[in-house]
Amino acid sequence: MAHQNHGLQMLTANRLRDGDVLYRKGDGWVLMLGEGEVYPDQGSAEAALAAANAELTRNEFVAPYLFEVRDVNGKIKPVKEREIIRAAGPTVHPHTGKQAGQS
Amino acid sequence: MLNTLVKPIAPNMYRYDEFDAQFVGERVNQFAGQVARRLSGELTEDQFKPLRLMNGLYLQLHAYMLRIAVPYGTLSSKQMRKLAHIARTYDKGFGHFTTRTNLQFNWIKLVDVPKILRELADVEMHCIQTSGNCVRNVTADQFAGATDEEIEDPRPLAEIIRQWSSLHPEFVFLARKFKIAVGATEKDRAALQWHDMAVQVVKNDQGRVGYKVMAGGGMGRTPYIAHVMREFVEREDILAYLEAVLRVYNQDSRRDNIHKQRIKILINTIGPEEMRRRVQREFEELKRMGTLQLPQEELDRITAYFAAPKFETGLSDAMPDAGPDFANWVKTNVYKHKAPGYAIATITLKTPGQVPGDATAAQMDTIADLMDQFSLGEVRVTHEQNLVLPHVRKKDLPAIYAKLKELDFASPNSGLITDIIACPGLDYCDLANARSIPIAQKLAKRFENLARQHEIGELKIKISGCINACGHHHAGHIGILGVDKKGVEFYQLVLGGSGAEDASVGTIMGPGFGEDEIGDAVERVVNVYLAERKTGERFLDTYRRIGMEKFKAAAYQEAVAA
Repeated sequence: MAHQNHGLQMLTANRLRDGDVLYRKGDGWVLMLGEGEVYPDQGSAEAALAAANAELTRNEFVAPYLFEVRDVNGKIKPVKEREIIRAAGPTVHPHTGKQAGQS
Repeated sequence: MLNTLVKPIAPNMYRYDEFDAQFVGERVNQFAGQVARRLSGELTEDQFKPLRLMNGLYLQLHAYMLRIAVPYGTLSSKQMRKLAHIARTYDKGFGHFTTRTNLQFNWIKLVDVPKILRELADVEMHCIQTSGNCVRNVTADQFAGATDEEIEDPRPLAEIIRQWSSLHPEFVFLARKFKIAVGATEKDRAALQWHDMAVQVVKNDQGRVGYKVMAGGGMGRTPYIAHVMREFVEREDILAYLEAVLRVYNQDSRRDNIHKQRIKILINTIGPEEMRRRVQREFEELKRMGTLQLPQEELDRITAYFAAPKFETGLSDAMPDAGPDFANWVKTNVYKHKAPGYAIATITLKTPGQVPGDATAAQMDTIADLMDQFSLGEVRVTHEQNLVLPHVRKKDLPAIYAKLKELDFASPNSGLITDIIACPGLDYCDLANARSIPIAQKLAKRFENLARQHEIGELKIKISGCINACGHHHAGHIGILGVDKKGVEFYQLVLGGSGAEDASVGTIMGPGFGEDEIGDAVERVVNVYLAERKTGERFLDTYRRIGMEKFKAAAYQEAVAA
């Protein structure tokens, strides 16, 4: 997927022990998309992905991949519906996923 | 709560013997070890993935999803209460009944899976072979053992197939997944012809009971209706014949292209005649060896588990009068039972606005109570994502209906336009391109007026969020396929499919509609049907008579004008 991206990107994965969605920040991970790191160019995005792939042997997370985001009036939002839903939770069950408890 | 008052009833269904219990127990321990090794890093994700899939554990869009097998859709009240307990304890308070008659939990933690599997084993349930390239959960007619239309109860054969195909050493690593369904009536409620392999109980010209075997049906990106492999297979030969079909598939199917690895591709590549010839060759070899004959005593032993309950005699066969709402529910959701004074009641998990197939832990508990109080402790899960109380006294129907109203599961819509199948779609599924559930919810709300639903009559809408077709869109009278166009959801209309005895593959109408357009497009298609139909025609009949053109013109006319 990475080679198709040309704009802003972020890196996501799932936590191994519970499957929770993670977003890369620095050398670690955070739970909310809004707190994750945005990579402004392909080089920095691919470097982050390579670093994450190298950390897979730590068995803390699985399936890292890059996805496109855009800046909407100063707020970072995923380009694709898939990542919007992944970041928030199922649109049909607002009490579940990361949207739970958010206003 | 009723459940404090009701003692679980042990219904007439298969019960684990010592081998089953040992097998499932060992498998739980084995997978617990594999989970521990994965968490410690002894197993990589690449090594672990096929192991977790063979135990029904997926990694989906938000979390792990655990798929629990419900063999031939039959659940006891004890099992239903266990599912409610798991929903409450390990998930987010609800579960999802699927088009494969399984139950999925969407928010499972990997570290909890061994505990959950142990809890399931306590009630004779498991997740084995609910994923992976193997023979999947066997499904069956949800009215099995209750309808007078069947030649015999198909569940004993379904159970025998389940046992034969569980960890079958030759078929654990097939080219792709393999789905089997069993039925015993002319009316097909189990979508037999859409399965990799299907068995229909039939009688031959001499009045002898045997089995018609079909193979090569399937949905996905290349939909096919199954071909008849053999019109009549003798009882004692059935496992040998099924093994012959699977052996030819396992040996001859492609393994180099994931889109061409199902048996439907093999059969439609070499042709059904050649497939029958190859199967016959293997069948004769298996017969000659004589190792797979099904002894009558074994068939009798399994059949005894499913013996018809002792139905009360002397009951009135009249339907109680409990008001117009109840009468409407009876009209669509209650079906004739083989015993006088009894009925089969469908609980549609489709009240307009609900997520099709979802049930909360509290709803599951109450349904378990209804099962014990009114249906001999048993319920069936249908491939249309509904539940069925198979053995209820007609005089109890008003009380059942009243309780279902409290649960918001009393919608009188079985088989109507709001009884919509929908896969989890992009709200949950890692493979999906578009959401299915919100489209189903909006369509159901749009058409919720009951008088209008009855005016429209039988109309099956089936929605998939991707070409894998878990929502059976190819088999919908109106099918809807979600597609992704540059990250945005669009929906294609597919008309003229059927999953019943008159099975057919739907035809794609044309380019997709936007999320905000699809509801209007469906409505215009329905309006064409209402304008064009002749007396007694279902939507499907009218479509088959007049073809796509008028529907297409109407569907796109307004979209273009807008």
